[in-house]
Amino acid sequence: MTAATEQPVSPVPSGSAQRRVPTRRNAELLLLLLAMVLVTVFSAAVEEGLTGGVSPDFWVPPLLLTLVFLVAHIAVRILTPYADPAILPCVALLNGIGVSFLRRLDLGRQPAAQRANYSSFAGDGFHQFTWTIIAIVVAIVALVIIRDHRTLSRYAYTLGFAGIVLVLIPAVLPGRFSEINGAKLWIRVGGFQIQPGEFAKLLLLSFFAYYLVRKREVLSLASKRILGIDFPRARDLGPVLVVWGLSLMVLVVEKDLGTSLMYFGMFVATLYVATERVSWLIIGLLLFFGGTFLANVLGATVGGPFANFHQRVEIWLNPFDPKLVNTTGYQLVQSLLGLGTGGLFGSGPGVGNPSKVPFVKNDFIFAGIGEEIGLFGLTALLLVYLVFVERGLRTAIAVRDSFGKLLAGGLAFTFALQVFVMVGGVTKLIPLTGQTTPFMSAGGSSLMANWLLAAMILRISDSARRPVVEAPAAAAPKLSGLATEVVRP
Amino acid sequence: MPQELVLTVARIGFLVLLWIFVFTVVGVIRRDLFAGARSRIVAAPRGLGSTAVGAGATRGKRGRAAHQLVVTAGSLAGTRITLAEQPITIGRAEDSTLVITDDYASARHARLVPRGGQWLLEDLGSTNGTYLDRSKVNGPTPVPLGVPIRIGRTALELRP
Repeated sequence: MTAATEQPVSPVPSGSAQRRVPTRRNAELLLLLLAMVLVTVFSAAVEEGLTGGVSPDFWVPPLLLTLVFLVAHIAVRILTPYADPAILPCVALLNGIGVSFLRRLDLGRQPAAQRANYSSFAGDGFHQFTWTIIAIVVAIVALVIIRDHRTLSRYAYTLGFAGIVLVLIPAVLPGRFSEINGAKLWIRVGGFQIQPGEFAKLLLLSFFAYYLVRKREVLSLASKRILGIDFPRARDLGPVLVVWGLSLMVLVVEKDLGTSLMYFGMFVATLYVATERVSWLIIGLLLFFGGTFLANVLGATVGGPFANFHQRVEIWLNPFDPKLVNTTGYQLVQSLLGLGTGGLFGSGPGVGNPSKVPFVKNDFIFAGIGEEIGLFGLTALLLVYLVFVERGLRTAIAVRDSFGKLLAGGLAFTFALQVFVMVGGVTKLIPLTGQTTPFMSAGGSSLMANWLLAAMILRISDSARRPVVEAPAAAAPKLSGLATEVVRP
Repeated sequence: MPQELVLTVARIGFLVLLWIFVFTVVGVIRRDLFAGARSRIVAAPRGLGSTAVGAGATRGKRGRAAHQLVVTAGSLAGTRITLAEQPITIGRAEDSTLVITDDYASARHARLVPRGGQWLLEDLGSTNGTYLDRSKVNGPTPVPLGVPIRIGRTALELRP
């Protein structure tokens, strides 16, 4: 008790001026401008490739994009001044290239004579640009409302409940309101359609992070040690089995492997981060592979709700099968042929034939771009994705509270998993699924959800890098309501 | 021919620019890209006795000032706090600067206070005590750079 009787030290400001912690916003601005130069060069190259010359107003769409991203940059300066400088430029580059590529597809659909006069304010490209504006506004509003990511943990159960409702709505809606191209993932009202699952990911993750911070002590208890790995007690498997069941239900009812893999992978990864036990990864992978294998076998024998999944597996195993190549396998075959035609350095922006691939503007945008920029360019784009994910994981390591750690780690992992599932599907590494390529695919729901994800990482990153300024807690702690502590023998 | 030439330049130029962007981004984040790995190497061989603390203290006095507080062991390992001129409180209470979830830590366990270019470590009457390297902290004690502060299962140290 000697410490308590000592005179407490009062903070005395030292003579030296307070060291300013670099916010690195200027580095961000520089990177952002570089990214926008890239988008402009891409647009110019596209026009050159498609029309044989650059029209006098080719710079209009890239300039508009630059202005929008500069607004986002200013918002970051004001709202999250200490956030990581690499996040926004990476997102802006991917989003900008996506919009420019959609415009390239619009131009490609026009008759050759009219391409040079095609309006800057028309087609999917402009549509996606408007969605970009809306997504950025939503992200800024989210940053204004959520001043501290820890407030999310206060509404964890509400968010989790909302997430489950969003997942289930398309499943219970009749097919004519929810089904597009065989996947029941949508809510369609009038001419308007949204994909609630994209937002559900974020809500469920907030809940998982909160739940696992509370439960991780129990879940990391080990009972048996097999082959050098600690396995958890059987009764602690409950939560992981519940999520497994839920994601299999998504697979069967909503007929989408990608979304199902997303939810389950997300949960297992956060569980692993929370407990540091490799056994959860093994259990998770076994459960998932077992589940998909079973679904495939059932699809081949029973059919019904599993038939769609079985068909996808067939295409994946044998896309060039004469029975499939011109029917269901056509899309994947065209994607592979396109990537092959592109080769190492690509055919050049605007020179390839991406429109040969059905759905190139959303599901297969990576194949379309790949034909024109080649393996060299695709690798660079994948590295940009990788940098984004790495910044998310770095944020998770640096942030000071457990909830923030799990949330940032989970968000970064989910993002990486989505890129993997999509690129893996397009390149025939895994069976194709109906996920979107983050920030690039045409579609408002996906773009908005991913900008929200980026905003959450910016918010957590800001609190991780911000220097500590709050005053110390002055009063002695109240004994009631304090957590029990172990007295060291 | 000039058309083809322009196309080739546009195509290669775009790819080169794309890679320049990737390398610039990596250049910007390079500083803390490997920060975690380096800190582990520095932290590993440290097992200083009480004499080494004295040596460290003299080095801290004439050497550089501390700018970061890094958690090197425990559930928060890898966390770093950039130090300003404000005191840092450590404990399980939610309003601590560093909230540690450690069964052996008290709600308000210890605090670090800057004075005269040095950081003083002070125990706030914790149940299990605060240790500077191996010795228990009884009064405000100056903390040299790189010497572990131990609270329960958590270890922290000051870094330049």
